[in-house]
Amino acid sequence: MSALAQDVSDPPLETALIVPGMHCAGCMGKVERALQAVPGVVSARVNLSARQVRVMHLPGMTVPQLVAALEGVGFASQPRGEDMQATPSAVKGLLAPLAVAGFGMMNVMLLSVGNWSGADGSTRHLFHWLSALIGVPAIVYAGRPFFRSAFSALRRGRTNMDVPISIGVSLATALSLYETFTGGHDAWFDGTLMLLLFLLAGRALDAAMRDRARAGVDALLRQAAPGATVITADGQLEWVAARDLVTGAVMRVAAGERLAADGEIIAGTSGIDQSLLTGESEPQAVVPGDTVHAGTLNRDAPLDVRVTAAGHDTSLAEIARLMESSGQARSAYVRIADRASRIYAPAVHALALLSFIGWMIAGAGAYQSIVIAIAVLIITCPCAIGLAVPVAQVVACNALMRCGIMVKDGSALERLARIDRALIDKTGSLTMGQPMPDVSGLAALSADEAAVALGLASHSRHPLSRALAAALIASGYRAAQIDHVSEEPGYGLRGQWQGVDVALRRPDSAATSAVALEITGGPVRLITFADRLRPDHDEALRQLKGLGVECSILSGDNIRAVAEASRATGLTAQANASPSDKCDAVSRLQNAGRNVLMVGDGLNDGPALAAANASIAPGTASDVGRQAADLVFLGDSLLALPSAVRAAQRTMRVVRQNFALAIGYNVFAVPLAILGYITPLLAAIAMSTSSLIVIANSLRLIRAAR
Amino acid sequence: MTGMAFLLPIALFMGICGLFAFFWALKGGQFNDLDGAANRILLDDEAGPE
Repeated sequence: MSALAQDVSDPPLETALIVPGMHCAGCMGKVERALQAVPGVVSARVNLSARQVRVMHLPGMTVPQLVAALEGVGFASQPRGEDMQATPSAVKGLLAPLAVAGFGMMNVMLLSVGNWSGADGSTRHLFHWLSALIGVPAIVYAGRPFFRSAFSALRRGRTNMDVPISIGVSLATALSLYETFTGGHDAWFDGTLMLLLFLLAGRALDAAMRDRARAGVDALLRQAAPGATVITADGQLEWVAARDLVTGAVMRVAAGERLAADGEIIAGTSGIDQSLLTGESEPQAVVPGDTVHAGTLNRDAPLDVRVTAAGHDTSLAEIARLMESSGQARSAYVRIADRASRIYAPAVHALALLSFIGWMIAGAGAYQSIVIAIAVLIITCPCAIGLAVPVAQVVACNALMRCGIMVKDGSALERLARIDRALIDKTGSLTMGQPMPDVSGLAALSADEAAVALGLASHSRHPLSRALAAALIASGYRAAQIDHVSEEPGYGLRGQWQGVDVALRRPDSAATSAVALEITGGPVRLITFADRLRPDHDEALRQLKGLGVECSILSGDNIRAVAEASRATGLTAQANASPSDKCDAVSRLQNAGRNVLMVGDGLNDGPALAAANASIAPGTASDVGRQAADLVFLGDSLLALPSAVRAAQRTMRVVRQNFALAIGYNVFAVPLAILGYITPLLAAIAMSTSSLIVIANSLRLIRAAR
Repeated sequence: MTGMAFLLPIALFMGICGLFAFFWALKGGQFNDLDGAANRILLDDEAGPE
């Protein structure tokens, strides 16, 4: 503490902690108060969107102190590593152009209303000049996102949606400036700004969706521990960051801590939770001499582990590399908006050029021909097309989110809509992935026994106790008052209920995982636990079949366990699949021309999740699983799968309708433009109506997830 | 016409004020944590600087 007192004069340091468990105002308050109560903390401010808290603290404080303070109020946290500096927000860069376009459009439109209602002579010219004064800087500023993207596409010899936009906008601005200088009759600043406003709105919606997903992904805890307590040569304990761990160092891993590196146990026996690597929740007993992996959780007792591989050499890092290299199907996918613009842009430019040539041949002057060609460009600018995709996807994503399905990216919906084959992992995806008490065992309990069991189980954080407590609460039981509760690792819980000794303990002998409930004077009740299939799996698989998706099981578990699940669901299955086997299975199907959906949760599914055309993970999945998947569903029911596929298909149907509407509008408006009947007023009306129609059509997706 | 000479500058000035207010808010980080801001009003025991 004396060190803290000395350091008061030093400037405080800033540490960012990731706290994935924060969801509401209450959590924010708890986190901030808990940190501020720690001596040495100057201030703590939560960013709820990013699930992070920035702590200003005196230099004498260490990260584990802050983490411990948060643990005291029930929040797991981790320092934000250097590799995960906040990614710049995609929306933020678009907000300023959007505001400028909105401001410019409103003011120019105000002046244009005067012109449309018949202002003439010097008033009209004054209005044109004012419009140019506001419009040109606004267009230059608000158009930058498009100009930049179009320029970089052209430089690489390609074209995208931004190329016709940029050409249309620049030509229209140039023409309007010319008209203003020469005192012409029409200027197009209003339409140009409106175009930019609509397009920026579409782009911002798209980016907002991606941002939200990315914030969720960044908030996920790193799979490996940030560091470990190392026993130094002179017997001291020292906290070392994961990247500074070296082979041969000895880590002391406390119960409940994750391992920061691969290693070999040299002292201690414990249970290791390998669910991150294998998806198997049952802890594996380890003794000195056994190998343990980074990212696994030490459950029962402290261990001393000699590091055999650290940092990039761990098996965890190996899987991460496999994942990185397997995302090809996804990066090769071209979004529907870009595919549309590949056809659209050349068609529009050809049309404008043809009308220019046509009018020249027909004997109109060069000036009039240019005006008409530019009118064609403005009218065909993909205003509604720019909104057609993002609005539909944002509405559908929000609908899915209300049903507990998180979509990370708009393109995920496009890819999901094309799925015709699904591979489902067993443990944790098709099943709950955690032991659930046997229903008949619970039914055999009397009301008092159940109340005692709940009273005891609620005192422990052991997975079996928690599963038992959850099941009993769900059946409507209330906990009995238990006194003198004590928990003994390896035995269970004991306490006193109305003066009688009671215990919830490890059974004397049982083949499967089970607990025994013992009330002195009564019979011993055995409650067995088993991993259960998710609720509604029959209905979900039937619906998937109805949607044209063929399903099968792809599991890393042993043949016996997989065969059981296969019999229960009637699906074909592949067992004993390693992470790369799963990846191969996905690419084999892709080579056969199928669009594969991977449903998985574990780290071992990570590469396959990344390789598949689309992927879904349950909310209980490992961090890697959630990060690699396109969609994450909360809740237990497997019905989330058909809901997501159905919503994706509906979204694509609406997107196609939107394209049809936008093109239909062009079919109607383009002849008018070619014939030279389009005025700035007509252009403004046509553009806003077509955009509103597209938005209205997309809003029908509010119920897409039902 | 004389009315317009007043009204136009006033309207433009007010619009520009709004635009600058928005930029100021954007730069000040007020759009960094929209979820947090929405929830923060529910905290009634915020430990203020005083």
